[in-house]
Amino acid sequence: MNETNNTQEIIICRDVHKWFDHFHVLKGISLTVQKGEVIVIFGPSGSGKSTFIRCLNRLEEHQKGQIIVDGKELGNDVRNVETVRQEVGMVFQQFNLFPHLTVIQNITLAPFWVKRVPKEQSRELAMQLLRRVGIPEQADKYPAQLSGGQQQRVAIARALAMQPRIMLFDEPTSALDPEMIKEVLDVMVELAKTGMTIVAVTHEMGFARAVANRMIFFDKGEIVEQGTPHQIFNNPQSDRTKLFLSQILRH
Amino acid sequence: MAAVEVKPPVLAIGPLAWVRKHLFSTWYNIALTLLAVWLLSILLGPAVQWATTEARWGVIEANLTLFMIGQYPRDQIGRVWLTIFILAGLIGLSWGVWKNAARGFALIALSAGMAFILIALFFGWDVWDEWLLAEAILLSFYFIGRYLPRGALIATLAWLLYFPLVFLLIAGTRYIATLPPVDSSLWGGLLLTLLLTVVGNFGALPLGILLALGRRSKLPVIRYFSIGYIELIRGVPLITILYTASVLLTLFLPINIRPELVIRAMIGFIIFEAAYQAENVRGGLQAIDRGQYEAAHALGLNGTQTTVFIILPQALRAVIPALFNSFISLFKDTSLVAIIGLFDIVRVARSILAQPEWLGTHREVFLFAFVIYWTFNLAFTYGSSRMEEALGVGKR
Amino acid sequence: MNIKTFWRDIRFLKILAQLIFIIALALVALYFYRNVTANLARQGLAVGYGFMKNPASFGIGESYIPYEPSDTYARALLVGLVNTLVISTLGIVLTTIVGVFAGVARLSSNWLINRFAAAYVGVIRNTPLLLQLMFWYFGVVIQLPSVRQAIQLPGPIYLTQRGVYLTWAEATATFPAWRVYLIIAFISIFVIWFVLRSAQKRSSLPLSPWWNLAYLLIPVLIIWLGAALQPEPPLRPFIPELSGLNFRGGLRLTPEFAALLFGLVTYTGAFIAEIVRAGIQAVSRGQVEAARSLGLSNGQALRLVVFPQALRIMIPPVTSQYLNLAKNSSLAIAIGYPDLFSVAGVVFNQTGAAIEIITIMMLSYLSISLFTSLLMNIYNRRIQLVER
Repeated sequence: MNETNNTQEIIICRDVHKWFDHFHVLKGISLTVQKGEVIVIFGPSGSGKSTFIRCLNRLEEHQKGQIIVDGKELGNDVRNVETVRQEVGMVFQQFNLFPHLTVIQNITLAPFWVKRVPKEQSRELAMQLLRRVGIPEQADKYPAQLSGGQQQRVAIARALAMQPRIMLFDEPTSALDPEMIKEVLDVMVELAKTGMTIVAVTHEMGFARAVANRMIFFDKGEIVEQGTPHQIFNNPQSDRTKLFLSQILRH
Repeated sequence: MAAVEVKPPVLAIGPLAWVRKHLFSTWYNIALTLLAVWLLSILLGPAVQWATTEARWGVIEANLTLFMIGQYPRDQIGRVWLTIFILAGLIGLSWGVWKNAARGFALIALSAGMAFILIALFFGWDVWDEWLLAEAILLSFYFIGRYLPRGALIATLAWLLYFPLVFLLIAGTRYIATLPPVDSSLWGGLLLTLLLTVVGNFGALPLGILLALGRRSKLPVIRYFSIGYIELIRGVPLITILYTASVLLTLFLPINIRPELVIRAMIGFIIFEAAYQAENVRGGLQAIDRGQYEAAHALGLNGTQTTVFIILPQALRAVIPALFNSFISLFKDTSLVAIIGLFDIVRVARSILAQPEWLGTHREVFLFAFVIYWTFNLAFTYGSSRMEEALGVGKR
Repeated sequence: MNIKTFWRDIRFLKILAQLIFIIALALVALYFYRNVTANLARQGLAVGYGFMKNPASFGIGESYIPYEPSDTYARALLVGLVNTLVISTLGIVLTTIVGVFAGVARLSSNWLINRFAAAYVGVIRNTPLLLQLMFWYFGVVIQLPSVRQAIQLPGPIYLTQRGVYLTWAEATATFPAWRVYLIIAFISIFVIWFVLRSAQKRSSLPLSPWWNLAYLLIPVLIIWLGAALQPEPPLRPFIPELSGLNFRGGLRLTPEFAALLFGLVTYTGAFIAEIVRAGIQAVSRGQVEAARSLGLSNGQALRLVVFPQALRIMIPPVTSQYLNLAKNSSLAIAIGYPDLFSVAGVVFNQTGAAIEIITIMMLSYLSISLFTSLLMNIYNRRIQLVER
């Protein structure tokens, strides 16, 4: 839980709609995220969760409504988009590490070329981050030589190297073997405890229970219900929420 | 309780069994084998007899230099040797620096040199000492390469400098007394073929990359232009492009720029190859996972940075086999310059057949030309597949 | 979006980029155009297709449409185009046969046959086509014996240095009437296909494969019936007979045509062989094993399981080989067959109309390429696997 709750709104979405051709994937999403909040988005596959989170850093474009990230509206303005992308870090389900670069090169690439951080400094920062995620010894290896859990941790370090104000996670543990999920979740929990604003799409309910300020249930392109983890788990209001929870919660 | 050793029946293993399985297994296999043997006897028999008794191999010996360098002035032949020596050094250096990746090519070069030395000694030609020197250079640079600090950088630079250097050595210039200009119409034979191939293949690559990127662009104007270029060039025969280059190019250039025929042919090859390279690179680009683009954009890299640092390195690595293939096929396609008047290997062959003392030696001459192309292709295929293996291309 | 910040608007930037590109292209085109007009003016030439109506004044070695040297340049070019089409079409048909044979031979368990095919493919693919064409022409066809000592093959077929003479068929007076029966027989194939397909759809059991004989028997029946009903046979064998210094009768393939056909067919056949081999091998062994364990015989497994899948893999590369054959026919110039490229070359030599001639040439080859691609793409699309 975050004690240092700031009432500044860092993400504002108003009536966001998106269509893929004729398929209405986001139907009027309205949502605000406070600075330092940890949001967990969950729901069945095809509900639009991944699409929504990709709209927050303009990897996908919304056709109607407003998305304002840290005061900048996401639209056709290229400078806004560039600024937002530097302030928002993203971790993907498939890691998406660059296979032709070493671990440390993966992490220092963007700071060097985008933020113009001098080489020595970015390397120093990269090593710090690798220590923070627990794998400093892997710095000069290539991604293919690492396990899935290690690769995802490198991906987190790579995103953190840009010193973002918001971190987006798109099902970060879904592609991992079970024994490696914990090491990645541990990093995410530590991150949450430092006050980072986090929006995470995940099925890991343990994580949600531990650190989420708010859980949001997405279904068929809409927000069905949102509340604290306590509210969602013990007292879900909607039938659809109840159904979904019963499907994923193991006894 | 000891196991009793049972020997397999006689006909089940060994050479007899192999013959039975591969040649005589079913009734129609037997028929095919007999047919094949009959064909062999009527084709090979007279061929071998001809090769050893009637063939006048002297025509090859007399015209060997013609095959190799065309009508390049014989007194300047030292410059051609110099390019060979530098090449030997570069191959040796690459072998030392990159070990396994370059080993295939290095072994080919070594064995070729060895073979040439033996052939020269056998026929009593006195070029064997030059080949020996080339071998020595190769080996010494191998050792230099092994211990050279920053070897990869130096070797890459050396290769990049080599091609302009070769041009300088072969073409010569007014400004260097020891390298008097040699008119490009005198360039010929294997020298010309190799020059055209290398320039055509590597000159086309940058343009090919641009076209491939253009073809995948989201901007309609650029995309349609790229598609148009690629489909136009791929729809017409190479000879028409070469013909256009030799006949039309001067029409499009101002009066004071009049490139020589060799340069025009090179331009034609570059225009042609670029369209095919574009398709190769496009294949590599298509193989790249969408997630790579997403991760790069999420980190804040813009389009150009993404393309240059993330996409192209991966795409180009994937198309290395196709690149080698196009080198080999371009090597064969250069024979078409014979039609527009350049003196490549095929043209050399034709001109030899017109010499009065060698009338009727068409079989020997064509066979030799075949052998040149065939061995070169084989050597290059071997070297490149070793390199692909060492780089792990296609497996990562 | 504010009008103030339009230069950061991505839509504006996209349009700007394309505009810059177009302007750059236009500038380059303008530069070339200026040079061309200047150079042409200097040479006293002008661009125009008027010369096409002038008499060609040169003979053409062989032609499938009537042609005299007094005909126009346009007609000469047409002759060249027809020649190209003829050799390309014939070449494509023959090279498919050669390629499939060689490809299957490469997969044979008979070691000798396998190695033979491998040698064929290995030699042909690694040497230039131009060299091979010259070999066929200068090294084989011209070296054939004179007409008096022609090599005779069963048929009879005569190989001489003046060409290959084949026994062919000659039309008699009743041929036009009989032609109608040919057309009916051709149509009947489609009718049979339709009938059998509907019967198969309605029946719940597989039709006996013997019904497929209908494709052969019924057309043949129609053709024979038509011939029998005529007062005299519609076709008559046209046998080449030695008369004086030449053969009279039969179908004559000029040495140039024969060499070009041989060279193109063997060259492209080697590439098709490799495609066929790779295609069949690409169908995983598991498919054959699954088919065999279901009880299908080897032949059925090949026909119903392996071949359809292999075909899908093979069609695109084979199409590109067909296109290569059509384009490679332009090498005819090296051995004297008057194809489009050689004729165009002669016309250029006589008129100096470089731009016009080259444009015509390129457009013709482009049309041939695009047309062939189109046909194969249609076929390709129809046989694609339906995927998720």
